[in-house]
Amino acid sequence: MFRSVCLFALIVAAPLAQAQQHEARLVIRDHKFEPAELNVPAAQKIKLLVENQDATPEEFESSELNREKVVVGKGTITIFIGPLDPGRYPFFGDFHQETAQGVLVVK
Amino acid sequence: MLGTGLLVFREVLEAALIVSIVFAATRGVAARGRWVGSGIVVGVVGALLVAIFADTLASAISGIGQELFNASVLLAAVVMIAWHAIWMASHGRELATQMKAVGGAVQSGSRPLSALLIVVAVAVLREGSEVVLFLYGQAASGAGPVEIAGGIALGVIGGVAVGFLLYFGLLGIPMRHFFSATNWLMLLLAAGLASQAAGFLIQADILPALGNRVWDTSSLLSDASLLGKTLHTLIGYDARPAGMQLLFYAITAVAIALGMKMWGNVGARTRSAAS
Repeated sequence: MFRSVCLFALIVAAPLAQAQQHEARLVIRDHKFEPAELNVPAAQKIKLLVENQDATPEEFESSELNREKVVVGKGTITIFIGPLDPGRYPFFGDFHQETAQGVLVVK
Repeated sequence: MLGTGLLVFREVLEAALIVSIVFAATRGVAARGRWVGSGIVVGVVGALLVAIFADTLASAISGIGQELFNASVLLAAVVMIAWHAIWMASHGRELATQMKAVGGAVQSGSRPLSALLIVVAVAVLREGSEVVLFLYGQAASGAGPVEIAGGIALGVIGGVAVGFLLYFGLLGIPMRHFFSATNWLMLLLAAGLASQAAGFLIQADILPALGNRVWDTSSLLSDASLLGKTLHTLIGYDARPAGMQLLFYAITAVAIALGMKMWGNVGARTRSAAS
């Protein structure tokens, strides 16, 4: 019962959380992120699109952002992040960690 | 080869830890090897399918198919663990007594072993599909068969070895407390999986985060460290949990604990009334 009450509350509350949204875009090319530093505004929900221009799969991952998602070769994924406090949030490509490193700079 | 082995190791480790707990929890069941083995096989086949259809899955349901799939299989595993844990709470004492009396295997009876098959399959499927995608990428970018086979061997051997360590460590728990210990471990495992499921639903923007970072203990124990990763799998440790994850964790833990308490007592009463 408690569970269904919670779920109901969440369904009602969910749209309220989506008031402001900023869209940002990252490209993966040759196992690198472009741009390697991505600027986004603070205190806004961010819809991050990650386009993989390589033919091989990659996994977008960040423990700072608490996110992980596979993006197949030539594919694009959407990840919702934030709203975040100002700061630097590193992310990386789990399948090519030597080269695929980037930072989300929240201002 | 070392780099490939390391990634395979990380993924295999997560699955191996879960399989170890399940294997410990089914101690004394005659056919458990078959059940757990079938779970691993189903998981490997599932991992291949998920990797092959990764593209379809990713673009499904306007781009959140991957999160919905992950959250669904995780929550299915949570329900299966809950079912088994509650069943064990009402039969565990009798099982331990029986095992001491006959000193070996007991019949599985009505025990929901299929539930544990699903838990094992889900664990192997989730980690396995990442391994398959990663190795496919390695092969496509020109890694040789030796590099790939060597990496798989290193990773699998390493991961399975840690799993065995945990298993034999658990066997050291005295029989009197054994099943209640594994049952509590299963409860924490389920709560952790529920929290991960919540994480995916937040990432897909289906649920609000209720606070992106309720706390940050990454300076004490990072998620990326081996210990952090192990605890993440075993008890759902998260250095920066979202509020919704904590809510899922708490609801799952409390629901299973209550279920164990209620049915555990009912089971004990019925049996003592019958004897």
